[in-house]
Amino acid sequence: MITASVLILLGIGFTSAVILAVASKLLYVYEDPRIAQVENVLAGANCGGCGYPGCAGAAQGVVEGKAGATVCVVGGDAVAEKVAAIMGLEFSSMEKQIAFVDCTGGIRAEEVYRYAGVKDCRAQHMLYNGSKMCPEGCLGFGTCITACQFGAIEMGPNGYPVVDPNLCTACGGCEQVCPRGVITVWGMTARITHLNLETDCLAPCRQRCPGQINIPRYIEQVSRGDYAGALETIRERIPMPLSIGRVCPHPCEGVCRRGRVDEPVGINMIKRFAADWEMNSGTRLPISCAPDTGRKVAVVGGGPAGLSCAFFLRRLGHSPTIFESMPKLGGQLRYGIPEYRLPKAVLDWEIQGILDLGIDVRFEQFFGKDFTLDTLREEGFEAVFLGIGAWMNMNLRIENEDAEGVSTGTEFLTKVGLGVESGTGKKVVVVGGGNTAIDAARTSVRLGADVTLMYRRTRDEMPANMEEIIGAEEEGVKYLFLAAPTRIVKDGDGRVTHIEYIKMELGEPDQSGRRRPIPIEGSETLIEADTVYTAIGQKPELSCLYEDGVCQLEETRWRTLAADPDTLQTAMPHVFTGGDMHTGPALVITALGEGRKAARSIHQYLNGEPPHVDARTQRDMIPYTMFTDVPNVGYRERSEMPHLIECDERACTFGEIEGALSEAQAKRETCRCLRCGLTCYNRDMVDGQECADGDCVKNQ
Amino acid sequence: MDYFVLVIAAIFVNNIVLAQYLGNCPFIGTSKESGVALGMGLAVVFVATLAAVITWCVQEYLLAPNDLDYLQTIAFILVIAALVQFVEMFLKKAIPPLYKSLGIFLPLITTNCAVLGIAIICQREEFGLLQTFLFSMASGVGFMLALVLLAGIRERLDLARVPMAMRGTPLGLVMAGLMSLAFFAFKGMAS
Ligand code: SF4
Ligand code: SF4
Repeated sequence: MITASVLILLGIGFTSAVILAVASKLLYVYEDPRIAQVENVLAGANCGGCGYPGCAGAAQGVVEGKAGATVCVVGGDAVAEKVAAIMGLEFSSMEKQIAFVDCTGGIRAEEVYRYAGVKDCRAQHMLYNGSKMCPEGCLGFGTCITACQFGAIEMGPNGYPVVDPNLCTACGGCEQVCPRGVITVWGMTARITHLNLETDCLAPCRQRCPGQINIPRYIEQVSRGDYAGALETIRERIPMPLSIGRVCPHPCEGVCRRGRVDEPVGINMIKRFAADWEMNSGTRLPISCAPDTGRKVAVVGGGPAGLSCAFFLRRLGHSPTIFESMPKLGGQLRYGIPEYRLPKAVLDWEIQGILDLGIDVRFEQFFGKDFTLDTLREEGFEAVFLGIGAWMNMNLRIENEDAEGVSTGTEFLTKVGLGVESGTGKKVVVVGGGNTAIDAARTSVRLGADVTLMYRRTRDEMPANMEEIIGAEEEGVKYLFLAAPTRIVKDGDGRVTHIEYIKMELGEPDQSGRRRPIPIEGSETLIEADTVYTAIGQKPELSCLYEDGVCQLEETRWRTLAADPDTLQTAMPHVFTGGDMHTGPALVITALGEGRKAARSIHQYLNGEPPHVDARTQRDMIPYTMFTDVPNVGYRERSEMPHLIECDERACTFGEIEGALSEAQAKRETCRCLRCGLTCYNRDMVDGQECADGDCVKNQ
Repeated sequence: MDYFVLVIAAIFVNNIVLAQYLGNCPFIGTSKESGVALGMGLAVVFVATLAAVITWCVQEYLLAPNDLDYLQTIAFILVIAALVQFVEMFLKKAIPPLYKSLGIFLPLITTNCAVLGIAIICQREEFGLLQTFLFSMASGVGFMLALVLLAGIRERLDLARVPMAMRGTPLGLVMAGLMSLAFFAFKGMAS
């Protein structure tokens, strides 16, 4: 019996062993020994932050080439270096990533918890889709805090989470549990390439800014005296805070919530203050760039759009080369905006800072003549950004327009910008009502002329900035409203002597909502002029795109370059555009914003993905954020921009007119900011109470 | 009809975990997320069926003719262990995606008393080969059902406010107990 038992058991065991031994030969699967090696050097936390089920999975991912040496979110550079060594890869330092809380709400937001029984953000979200008034804001139950294995998040004094950057390992645990997307783990690349989403915490000003600058954030940083931080925030969106601080017509201020209480926050003044602070300190703040990728991109046009595109491409690690047709960079900023608004020295300082990042420039290169899309390809440029601006002037289409002494406002401003003789006479008439017309008029005044500005509608309909219109008037520019030129009168030498205009009256509103001017029959009048500048609009010069009479890319019916409105990719996949060439004449900040958008798309293109944007991308103002009732905010006076030069002197000097705020003024102005979110804003403690400056603390 | 009753009884009335109290450790251990529970459940269905069929053959052709029934437990363990190893190798080679998705659960089954229990019950009840096949598969399904149900409940409970000391396994055990009470309602409907 015993013998039989032993034999049977041994038999079963032996048979199994033989079967398994044979099977192990037949069913043998090769496993890369490096998997075990990699697993050994990983941190061993099995946290799953890398997206793989534990360290073994991550090791396999690395060996299979699905994950990089930087797979371990906990291990940091040291572990990545070891993994790279095993895999025979070259290691370049990881971009620092941390969790970032994008919600300024908290107890300031309307807090209506309908039910707080289940103290968990996800439960709240599931049951009531979040009961706080703000559809996106932080729910404040702190689920992220429990989710963080590294103790890096705690509840801040305002009831929303605060991340300790030193403890955060960017494992993403918090990001996964937050039902509202209030927390994102990201680094510089992701921040630069992020476009406003409707689900972000977007103050009205931030929604309106064509550059998408995080306005409340930099204002808050300035209020704390963290000027470097404020500049970093601004430079995540635009490369030229000095210029924008001077020339931007600040559309953001038009929608500022504070404007519902008294006057909008001086957003642009604060930006200018921070930018000037850096310039005046004489040293440049370091600007971080991703490790070199060695991918070459051609940027055609060194104006705001091109500079912005090159700047962000460089920061994303690529190697842009700017092709500029003029002897200097800056485009309309240099050749269209006069010295008294944007001193050339300031512009030069700013551009130098951008080039110092390592951007090549080739001057006096004309697109279509000195190089083409094909030659760029041959030279090894993998993508091209076209941003040649809108330099071609519209004609008045009247008799004798070619008379001597008649030229366009941009030509004139360019000549002044280049420092060559402009040929301005004593009696100047400027035709047009936009900023270029005003710039031409004010520049002519400075050259000693008697200037009249002729516009076919009234002052209220002028597209130029009100400050500019008033400034020009103060300097002696005369306005002639409701007048349209009909003929140029010239003398025997072919030089202009007079300009004939017809008086207008306003009729019914047209598509633009403005009342259409209608000529009054028989009201023709002559006005004396030895120089006429026309500034009635510009468009891009697209002839450079033609080869043998065929346009290589698509044009729109407004004679601008057609491109996808979100990605700015043109009909040729490797060609992108932006700025005035794409939009037609628009704001400098719009061009800067488009430069970044294009850089983002080019980055995606170079990484082998088709350029794309998120479906939730914000395009228009978000309606529910535009409420007009802003209760519990007391009156506070807006700071005045100081004038550097007084009125009488202004007309004969090109010196800068506007000065910068003092530190105290800037800080006071930051205190006026309500630090808005989508639906929340900082209220004053007591109804109608005026806060002292010390109350600025409430902004933190 | 008999076969139908056999299957229903194995799934609901004599549920292997909730009525026979076998396989409690993987039941509590892998019932935290429904995805994991489903994976484990499928693995058990597969291995239990295969194991019961093979052990039936071992019993029928090896142990019974030699009057060695008392070796049943040890022989079955040996067979199941070898079988799981073999299945693991086979899946790794033949169906790598399935192998990957089963992951840690496959080796876990080697030490799973439910699988051994199912094989032994088949012997005790003196089932034929077809009955053994059906019964073992249905028992596996019963295990999977219990596992997925408990995982669903525990996922919800994760969101609830539970005293610290009761969080996790203690509450899981309480829930398992309540579920087993609920399954008692089927008692007597079939044997
Ligand atoms: S959970 Fe969030 S805050 Fe904590 S370490 Fe991970 S990413 Fe950082
Ligand atoms: S108050 Fe501040 S945050 Fe709010 S809209 Fe104005 S500038 Fe933006």
